Amino acid sequence: MEDYEIKPIIEALLFISAEPIFIDRLKEILVGVEKKQILEKLFSLQEEYTRSNRGMQIVEVAGGYQMTTRAEMAPWIRELEKIKTASRLSQPSLETLAIIAYKQPLTRAEIEAIRGVDAAGVLKTLMERRLVKIVGRKEVAGRPLIYGTTREFLLYFGLANLTALPTLKEFSEISEREAEPERDAEQEMTMVVGV
Amino acid sequence: MTALETDSGLGVKVGAFEGSLELLLHLIQENQINIYDIPIALITQQYLETLEQMTSLKLSVAGDFLVMAATLIHIKSKMLLPVYETDEEEALEEDPRHELVARLLEYQKFKEAAGTLESYETIWRQVFVREALLATASDPSEEIFLGDVGVHDLLKALQKVIERLPNKDILTIHNDELSVRDRIGFILSLMEHEKSLLFEQLFDGIETRYGVVVTFLALLEIIRLGLIKILQVENCSALRLMSTDNLVGAG
Repeated sequence: MEDYEIKPIIEALLFISAEPIFIDRLKEILVGVEKKQILEKLFSLQEEYTRSNRGMQIVEVAGGYQMTTRAEMAPWIRELEKIKTASRLSQPSLETLAIIAYKQPLTRAEIEAIRGVDAAGVLKTLMERRLVKIVGRKEVAGRPLIYGTTREFLLYFGLANLTALPTLKEFSEISEREAEPERDAEQEMTMVVGV
Repeated sequence: MTALETDSGLGVKVGAFEGSLELLLHLIQENQINIYDIPIALITQQYLETLEQMTSLKLSVAGDFLVMAATLIHIKSKMLLPVYETDEEEALEEDPRHELVARLLEYQKFKEAAGTLESYETIWRQVFVREALLATASDPSEEIFLGDVGVHDLLKALQKVIERLPNKDILTIHNDELSVRDRIGFILSLMEHEKSLLFEQLFDGIETRYGVVVTFLALLEIIRLGLIKILQVENCSALRLMSTDNLVGAG
């Protein structure tokens, strides 16, 4: 395969796929092309999209790469088609999810210890939305169930993987951060949208 | 009327706190208090005032709030007692507020993380991806390239099946148990579960020439009725049975 052929193929595959494509899958399809070369082309393509004012973007999400529309296009897309979006998560759901995401795997009692509130209802909701799953049992008395986040969790928040979660900040740092909220929000935008 | 009173502005505000830690953090932030040096008398007083407004809350919720109230009062009373140790480090370690502060900090950390997740949620709800294509969702990709099959190809495939028959001298006693009608029913039920089948799969378990012929006749009948069609990737490769819309509709 000629070098110049690789990039358009990757672009077409990203365009047609409804799911994030893994690098290994691209390597299977592009027979004989090195992983390093695929990554090089992919990043170059990603960069081209970012640079040239496109309605689409290429982002790393849930361990793969996906072509998505840019967030700024949402009003026009909604104009074109009725899109069903799930309701937003409640504050208790978000807090519980944050605890599970950072401390997984952990038991319901461990979640409740941090929030000081019963977690049964919230856990049920999160499991129904497939953002959280039972990952096993803790080998202590009573063998309680332990919970973890799912692939849908990454897809829902547009996270590349679990390590893409921002590090937990200590209280003092948070106080400092509150002094410059605008600059920080901008940074978060950049990180999430993958620009 | 007490019911009306508890629906007042204060009642609504109190109801917004899901747990005692949340309420406590709110009071600390509202008073701009250093979390490492909580003026326990002030916070306890405000906390209890808020609690008084919570009469309309469910008991199970209020229970958690009451435990915290007891904790606060306990800490307050401990702090009123004179401390004899002169060693400062030791005094710090035995600060009765220590455990509560640790819990508050831990909770605060995840509350912040929840805020970050929420901002991701906000952005990612504006981002759309392609929906799965219907064609790729149902059929294996190889079948996209299938071409039509003639009678000649069918006969060739039949020949192969007959050649594969194990022992031509099997003594068949109950050969009348297979009828064309039975085989039609059998093939159709197979096709209902599998969208596509290999030609050879129809003859699985059939060991006599009679069985093969009956099955083949059944297949021809089904094709004539337009319930399935037979396709082939390229010359001499495996034949594949695909159900047509007629079959899907009839089923």
